Amino acid sequence: MPTSNEHILRSYDDELSRLKGELARMGQIAVAQIEGAMDVLERRDSRAAERVILNDEAIDQLEASVSHDVLLLLARRQPMARDLREVMAALRIAADIERIGDYAANVAKRTIALNLSAPIPPAANLPTLAETAIDLVRDVLIAYRESDPDLARLVWERDVELDALYTSLFRELLTYMMEDSRNITPATHVLFMAKNIERIGDHATNIAENVWFLATGTPLEEPRKKGDLTATGAVDPERPRKD
Amino acid sequence: MTDAAVLSQPLAPATVSATKIVARGLDFFYQGYHALKNVNMDVPERRVTAIIGPSGCGKSTLLRIFNRIYAIYPKLEARGEVLLDGENILDARYPLNRLRSKVGMVFQKPVPFPMSIFENIAYGIRHHERLSKSEMDMRVELALRQAALWDEAKDKLKQSALGLSGGQQQRLCIARAIALKPEVLLLDEPTSSLDPIATGRIEQLIEELKRDFTIVIVTHNMQQAARVSDKTAFMYMGELIEFGDTEKIFTKPDKKQTEDYITGRFG
Repeated sequence: MPTSNEHILRSYDDELSRLKGELARMGQIAVAQIEGAMDVLERRDSRAAERVILNDEAIDQLEASVSHDVLLLLARRQPMARDLREVMAALRIAADIERIGDYAANVAKRTIALNLSAPIPPAANLPTLAETAIDLVRDVLIAYRESDPDLARLVWERDVELDALYTSLFRELLTYMMEDSRNITPATHVLFMAKNIERIGDHATNIAENVWFLATGTPLEEPRKKGDLTATGAVDPERPRKD
Repeated sequence: MTDAAVLSQPLAPATVSATKIVARGLDFFYQGYHALKNVNMDVPERRVTAIIGPSGCGKSTLLRIFNRIYAIYPKLEARGEVLLDGENILDARYPLNRLRSKVGMVFQKPVPFPMSIFENIAYGIRHHERLSKSEMDMRVELALRQAALWDEAKDKLKQSALGLSGGQQQRLCIARAIALKPEVLLLDEPTSSLDPIATGRIEQLIEELKRDFTIVIVTHNMQQAARVSDKTAFMYMGELIEFGDTEKIFTKPDKKQTEDYITGRFG
């Protein structure tokens, strides 16, 4: 049977490409937003932080475009099989990237509050967390662009690294707070920032699951390893801090 | 459960159904042209089975073998087996009258007889059974009710069937077919000449009729196959390329040819 990777109707291909393009753009902005949030954290630049917060609007607008285009594709093309999975995945991935953008903006917002106190050492660990998160987001976006289920699965498995970094920072922050109650305000902000970055990793794994399903037509069913142990974590106030 | 896991769940739980028609090693020759090649297919009882594929793929030919209608034309030959309730209907000893009463057929274009609505249905029944007037009235009413035409037709039963709309005429043809109490209903592109509203009524009717009948529908409209059928067969150049649960065929078919056809990449 004469088959092709292209649809008989060319405009259908154009619409699907447009959707992928919008998601790629959303992903690029989201990554830039996380980098921007880390930049303003290191430079303690509250005005630049305001700009990062405002930039989130661009991601929100792109998400609205994706929703609009998905609606039109469903109504006009009645996609089937892989096309149907493609359209469903686009809608879900857009929602995940939009949340990643929100978290990056939240981190930037908290840097403004953090700048009102003296710097605290644990904040210096946030860029390491963010680098891991950025790696996951970048890789999962490549996996999406290339429809590569194996790379998606790698991202899905690697989220445990980010969870472990977060758990470690959580413990460190608890000890800081116990040592000196004046640390509680900045340490709480850092804790929320770390949690936001850890959540970015969770959204990257959501995207990985959607890429896997898009490419294979089957769900990633096995339970994923979780490295975030903070929900049950506690620190003994009598035990001295290591460093 | 993840979103992806939810997506991959069956739309409706598949229930076990007995097999009504079995095609085994079926070949068909049309004046020497090999029109069907080694078709193997199990049609489940009281389910809707759709046959899709491009023009000339053999889907209507397959449907027409299921009631041996090809036998009225010369130089046509079927080889292999088509078992209806375990009996080979291709065997010349299988009585054609019995086959016709068990397997009803509705065609692309509604062709009502040039007589009253009542007579359109009573005509076929009289051919097979002797009924009193009241029994016949009940049978006609039952058939029209089953075909969802009773409310529109009850006040004009004596009027010509040719005065009905296209969609009503097609439902009349369905009523005419089911009035003989067949077990299998073959529908050959039953909505291709109807508008979307009339099409919707026929599709609703198909859903209701599958409680009582085994339905095989040939359609050019893939969305229609996806909407109404439980099983879908994809045919190409006389071969059955893929046959399986409709939800699987339209979400994740096994064969690339099927995927390319249903996504419009067939070129």
